Amino acid sequence: MSQSLEAYLALSAMLFGIGMFGFLARRNAIAMLMSIEIMLNAVNLTIIAFGAFTPGLAEQASTIALFVIAVAAGEATVGLAIVIAIYRNRRTPLVDEYASMRE
Amino acid sequence: MGIFSAEGAEHAIGHADEGVQTLLLLLLVLPLAGFLLTGIFGRRMGKRPWIIAVAAILAATAIATYLAFQSLSGEYGEHGIGFTLYTWIPAGDFHVDVGFFLDNLTALLLIVVTWIGSLVHIYSIGYMSHDPGKWRFFAYLNLFMLSMLLLVITDSYLVLFGAWELVGLSSYLLIGFWYTKRAPALASKKAFLVNRVADHGFLIGIIGVWVLTGTLNIQDSFEPFLDADLLARDAVALLLFVGAAGKSAQFPFHVWLPDAMEGPTPVSALIHAATMVNAGVYFIARTSPLFASAPEALITVAAIGTFTALLASTIALTQKDIKRVLAYSTLSQLGYMFAALGVGAFTAAIFHLMAHGFTKGLLFLGSGSVIHAVHDEQDMNRMGALWNRIRWTHWTFLIGALSLAGIPLFAGFFSKDAVLGESFILGFGWVFIIGLGVAGLTGFYMFRLMGKTFYGENHVDPEVDPKVHESPPSMVAPLVLLAIPTIFLGLVIGTPLGDSVIFNWLEPVFHPAEELLHITLHEYQLFGIDGSLILASVAVAALGIGVAIWLFGLFNGRGRPETVVAQTERNRVTRFLYTASYNKWWFDDLNHLIFYRFGGAVANGIMWFDVKIIDGIVNGIASVTQSSGEGVRHIQTGRVQNYALGIAIGLIVMAIVFVLLAR
Repeated sequence: MSQSLEAYLALSAMLFGIGMFGFLARRNAIAMLMSIEIMLNAVNLTIIAFGAFTPGLAEQASTIALFVIAVAAGEATVGLAIVIAIYRNRRTPLVDEYASMRE
Repeated sequence: MGIFSAEGAEHAIGHADEGVQTLLLLLLVLPLAGFLLTGIFGRRMGKRPWIIAVAAILAATAIATYLAFQSLSGEYGEHGIGFTLYTWIPAGDFHVDVGFFLDNLTALLLIVVTWIGSLVHIYSIGYMSHDPGKWRFFAYLNLFMLSMLLLVITDSYLVLFGAWELVGLSSYLLIGFWYTKRAPALASKKAFLVNRVADHGFLIGIIGVWVLTGTLNIQDSFEPFLDADLLARDAVALLLFVGAAGKSAQFPFHVWLPDAMEGPTPVSALIHAATMVNAGVYFIARTSPLFASAPEALITVAAIGTFTALLASTIALTQKDIKRVLAYSTLSQLGYMFAALGVGAFTAAIFHLMAHGFTKGLLFLGSGSVIHAVHDEQDMNRMGALWNRIRWTHWTFLIGALSLAGIPLFAGFFSKDAVLGESFILGFGWVFIIGLGVAGLTGFYMFRLMGKTFYGENHVDPEVDPKVHESPPSMVAPLVLLAIPTIFLGLVIGTPLGDSVIFNWLEPVFHPAEELLHITLHEYQLFGIDGSLILASVAVAALGIGVAIWLFGLFNGRGRPETVVAQTERNRVTRFLYTASYNKWWFDDLNHLIFYRFGGAVANGIMWFDVKIIDGIVNGIASVTQSSGEGVRHIQTGRVQNYALGIAIGLIVMAIVFVLLAR
C-alpha cells in the first residue's frame, strides 16, 4: 500500500478516463454499461482514498462507498433490463441505431 | 331633516297587504306570460296570434286601473305603499332588494301606460293584419309593456335600470320590426346606440347615488342624499339627467327619436310618443327631492328642456313626413315637461305628461290611419283634401291638434298653461317667454300638418285616389276612445285652476322637493296674473293657428301654397332658415362629422397602433421564440452518446476552470 494520496487519485483519474472513453466510444450498449461501472468504481476509489488519508473521515467515507456500491448495483440492474427490452424490439445492441429520443 | 322623517308615523310608506302584492305582481306576470306564449307559440297560432297578447294587456289594464283608483282615492295613504319581494343581491352591508312601490305618481303613470297600451294593442290588430310576422309584433309589444310597468312600479334604482334597458331593447326590436328594409334597421341601431351612450351616464349616476347614500332604494335614498357635498349632489343629479335625457330624447340625444318613426305606427304612438319617452320625465319626478337638492342640475334640466322645445318646434315647421312632424312635436312637448321639472313645477310636468300622452297617442294613431288610407304614403305633399273622405280619422285628429295647440278646454290647454304659468310665477321668465314662442310654433305646425293632410288641394297619387278608404273599426275605435280623454282629461283633473284634482293627488309626492326649493303656494288669481298668462298663451297659439290656416287652408278653403313658396324664397335669410329647419339644423350631419368622420379617423389611428405596435410586439416575441427554437432543435439528435459527449465536455471545461481559478 502506497503512502501517497496522489497515487490513488491518479489511478482513479485514469480509471475514470478509461470509463468515460469507453462510454463515449463503444457502440455496444452492454459495453457502455460496463464503462459506467468503471467510472463508478473510480469515484469509489477516490472516496475511500480520501477517507483513509484524512483522520476522522474514515467512517463517513466507508458509508458513502457502500452506498455508491448499492446504488451502482441497482443502476446496473435497471440499465441491463432496459437494454434487453430495447434489444428485443430493435434486434440490435448498437446504440447508434437508437435515435427515437429525438422525437 | 324634517322633510322626510320627523313628520310622524302616519306619513311613512305603508306596507302593501297580500292582495295588493298579488295584483302588483300580476301586472308584471300577465305581460310576461303574453310575451313568452306569443313568442314561443305565436307562429303556430294561425290567423289570430294576438289573442293571448291582447287579453293579457286588457287584464293588466283592469288591474292597473283598479290599483290606480284605489291609490288616487287615498286608500293607500298619501305616501303610498310598498313591499319587498326578495333580496336580489345580498352582500354584507350592501344589498339590493326587488321591491315595488305604489303612490299617486305611479298610479297616474299606470293609467297612461296601460290605457294607451291596450288601445294601441287593439289598434294593431287592424293595422298589422296583413303582416305575416304579426305574432312577433305582439310578442314585442307585450315585452315592452312588461318593461314599462316594471319601470313604473319598482322602488330600486338597479331594477329601474334593468327596466330602463328593457324598454330600450323592446324599442330597438320594434323600430327594426321590418328589419329586412334598410332604413328601419339603421334607425333601430341609431336609437339603441344613442340610448346606450346616455345610459352610461345613468349607470354612473346610480353608482354615485349609492356612493353618496349607501342605498339603492329610491325612497330611502332621499334623506342621506341631502347630507352629501353640494358638488357631488350636482354631479350625480346631472349624470342621472343624462340618462333621462337620452330616454326622453332631449338635446343633444334628440336625434334618435325622429328616425325611430321608421317603425310601425302603433309603435310610434305607444313607445315613441306616449310612454317610453316619458320615462325620463317620470324618473326625475320620482327622484324629485334628489334633483331639488342639486340646484345647478335642476337649472340645467330647465335649460335643456326649454332649448329642446324651441329647437324641435322650429324643425317641425318644415318637415314633409307626417310622422316626423309629430315626432319633432313630441320632442318639443317633452322639452316643456323637462322645463317644468327644471323650474320646480313637478305637478305641471306630470300633468303635461298625461295630457300629451293621450293627445300624442291619438295623433300618432290618427296619422297611422291616414297613412293606411292613402296606401302607405307618409309624404304630406302627396295628401290633401282628405277631410270628408276619412271623416272619423279627421275629426279625432282635429281634436288632437287643438289639444296639442293649447286651445281652451282641451286637455293640452290646461297642462300647457300649468307649465307656462308655473314657470313664470316661479321666476323663470326666460322659460316662459321661450315656451310662449314654442306654443305659437306648435299651433302653426299642427295646422300646417292639418292643412297639408286634410284640407287644401288633393295631391293624392291618381292611382291610389279612388281607393282611399276609412280604416277598419278596430283602428277607428281606439281613435274615438283616445279622443275622449284628449277632450275631457284637463277639465276633469285640471280644474278648478290652481287647486286642481291632480295637484291634490301629487302634492304629497312632491311636497319634500318643493320644501327643499322653498316653493310656497300662491293664491291663484284667475282675474289677475294667472288669467293674463292664460290669455297670452292662448293668443299666441291662436296666432300660430291663424297663420297656418291662412297659408294652408281649412276644410274646403285651399290656402295659399304660392305665398308659402314666395315667403320662403323671398331673401337669403328666409331661404337659410327654411333650409336649416328642413335639414334639422344639421344635427345629423354634425353627428356624422364628429362621430363618423372624426371618430372614425381616431378609431382608425388606434386600430393602426393596435395592429402595428401592440400586435407587432406580441407577434415579434412569438416569431423570435419560434425561429430560435427552429435553429436549436438540430442539436437534439436522439443519440445517447452525443448527449453524453456534451456532459463530458461540460465536465472537462468545468474542471479546467476550477483548476485555473483555484490557482
